[in-house]
Amino acid sequence: MRKAIITLISAVAFGVTGQAMAAGGVEIPKRDWSFQGIFGSYDRASAQRGFQVYQEVCAGCHSLNYIYYRNLMELGYSEAAVKAFAAESEVEDGPNDEGEMFMRPAVPSDRLVKPFPNAQAARASNGGALPPDLTLMVEARIGGPNYLYSLLTGYTDPPADVEVMEGMNYNAYFAGHQIAMAAPLSEDAVEYADGTKATVAQMAEDITVFLAWASEPNMEERKGMGMKVMLFLIVFCGLLIAVKRRVWADVH
Amino acid sequence: MSTDPQWKNPVIRWVDDRLPIFTYMDHEYQQFPMPRNLNYFWNFGALASIVLVVMVVTGIMLAMQYTPHVDHAFESLERIRRDVNYGWLLQYIHMNGASMFFIVVYIHMFRGLYYGSYKAPRELLWMLGVVILLLMMATAFMGYVLPWGQMSYWGATVITNLFSAIPIVGDWVVTLLWGGFSVDNATLNRFFSLHYLMPFVLFAVVGLHVVALHVSKSNNPDGIEMQGPQDSVPFHPYFTAKDSVGIGVFLLFFAFFVFYAPNFFGEPDNYIEANPLQTPAHIVPEWYFLPFYAILRSVTFDVLFIPAKLMGVLLMFGSIMILFILPWLDTAKVRSARYRPIYKFVFWVFLIDCLVLGYCGAKPAEGWYLVLGQVATLYYFLHFLIVMPILGKIETPLPVPTSISQAVTGSGGGGAAGATAAKMEKS
Repeated sequence: MRKAIITLISAVAFGVTGQAMAAGGVEIPKRDWSFQGIFGSYDRASAQRGFQVYQEVCAGCHSLNYIYYRNLMELGYSEAAVKAFAAESEVEDGPNDEGEMFMRPAVPSDRLVKPFPNAQAARASNGGALPPDLTLMVEARIGGPNYLYSLLTGYTDPPADVEVMEGMNYNAYFAGHQIAMAAPLSEDAVEYADGTKATVAQMAEDITVFLAWASEPNMEERKGMGMKVMLFLIVFCGLLIAVKRRVWADVH
Repeated sequence: MSTDPQWKNPVIRWVDDRLPIFTYMDHEYQQFPMPRNLNYFWNFGALASIVLVVMVVTGIMLAMQYTPHVDHAFESLERIRRDVNYGWLLQYIHMNGASMFFIVVYIHMFRGLYYGSYKAPRELLWMLGVVILLLMMATAFMGYVLPWGQMSYWGATVITNLFSAIPIVGDWVVTLLWGGFSVDNATLNRFFSLHYLMPFVLFAVVGLHVVALHVSKSNNPDGIEMQGPQDSVPFHPYFTAKDSVGIGVFLLFFAFFVFYAPNFFGEPDNYIEANPLQTPAHIVPEWYFLPFYAILRSVTFDVLFIPAKLMGVLLMFGSIMILFILPWLDTAKVRSARYRPIYKFVFWVFLIDCLVLGYCGAKPAEGWYLVLGQVATLYYFLHFLIVMPILGKIETPLPVPTSISQAVTGSGGGGAAGATAAKMEKS
């Protein structure tokens, strides 16, 4: 029903139906996600696995600039676990009483430590390409989670007539098909703490769930409140219609 | 019908003798006569004022958290969404509220076009409405720049650059708009300031719009004036009740987008921070500007001595300016399309033309889309400049009812309707 409404409205609203098409014009396959639908919520186990993939695979190059360590508690980690995890990284603080900057272990109120101090350093280490921040990646791409999943599982050998440039990699779903990032996921790239088999598809799904959470951590609160608001408004509308009919009864 | 009320409460009487606000409210919102045959399309004016209030209230609260600086604006929006209590709610209401505002106002305008609400004696009422539309557009455009995403930045660049098409002073105007030599911090700051200012100007013009409405009274689906109490019902309780139904249903529609599809009207690109060194593949404005964007881009050739770019800009602004003279372009004596068989058809063609323009505005200006956009642009102006003046002369209207009560009851406005009117006056 909701999809039907959205499709209808989008058709009216000047044909924005091309949402599922990547910039390169490639059709992105749709998948079902736990966080879709009006009752959708983030699959915590999957998101935790995704966080593990982020730490062990993505975090070498990609920042999560708008996420604080404290936010990780929303994924079901205990406060102690988050503190311990934060303490593994060091952040610059200061100036202290002597006016010196100093390094200290991170605490939950710090942002996730960035892999590179600035964009120039990031480019220098990545052959001139800038690994984008991942916090909003799911919202910032047409196709959202489906696009991200497709991209991560879309590394294939290039067709015979395509010549891939030096330092680039062929990807079926990336706009223009040539992406600077080498295929990040390979079989058993991580060893999941919960024993799940780390296939490329599994890791792509988990990291997508994690990044979907990162892009909109209060999605569950939004949908929960939405349900209450909609139910209230439906009842309220019923009352208003009844009042209106009563008031107008002597005119009609 | 409008008799001066006798205020029993001494405090109210004391105030009212010195500043008659209670009498004013009683006249304008209680006893105020409304045509009894209004349909639900007459809800949209009230809806627009509700959205305006919602936008001002959420906007003021967002401004308490927002940082108008190129280095912090994008991040401050993320902080609002993530760390401010109910910040995500405020932001989604404000973001979607802009789209709701335009949906409501566009329906309100097409209502006016269909029922001839712009015709004498309501020309000024209509023209004030066009001023409101222009202010809304300017406010919405500047508001869209504030998140400082990719579309904010590049949209601002494209639109401000339009002014460079003005002969002689163009470049000077653009520099003035930017506060520098490109869209930068100064631009963001002045846009924030103006985005906060303009809704209050809008409020004032809405006030004038309402005053003008209360002088000429509402038009109605039959397009004939009220002639007496048998044609009208008092605003309260009849239209307070009817507008409330509209507001309730509208809030359901609004809430659906806020809670279940908050980014439906947005562009994914605006979740990428502005980058002056990287142009997005397709720069598209918000959906409510798409028809005008299509008109802007439809001129691909120089017209006589006017360069294509300037001509596009002139046509785009002209497409709104032409609404100011619509009351005089339409030569028909009969107001409502209900009694104008050919105009009724022409109206729908024009509506479809506007949707086609919007569709073309969303697509790249090339090939088939460009041609379609050019045809639709041509028709847009033909509708106003050729069809409306000529149609009024050649069309034979259907017989118009002599009074609203006759249209409602099918009788001559005698017995039954008179009895109801009498009963209403009692209540």
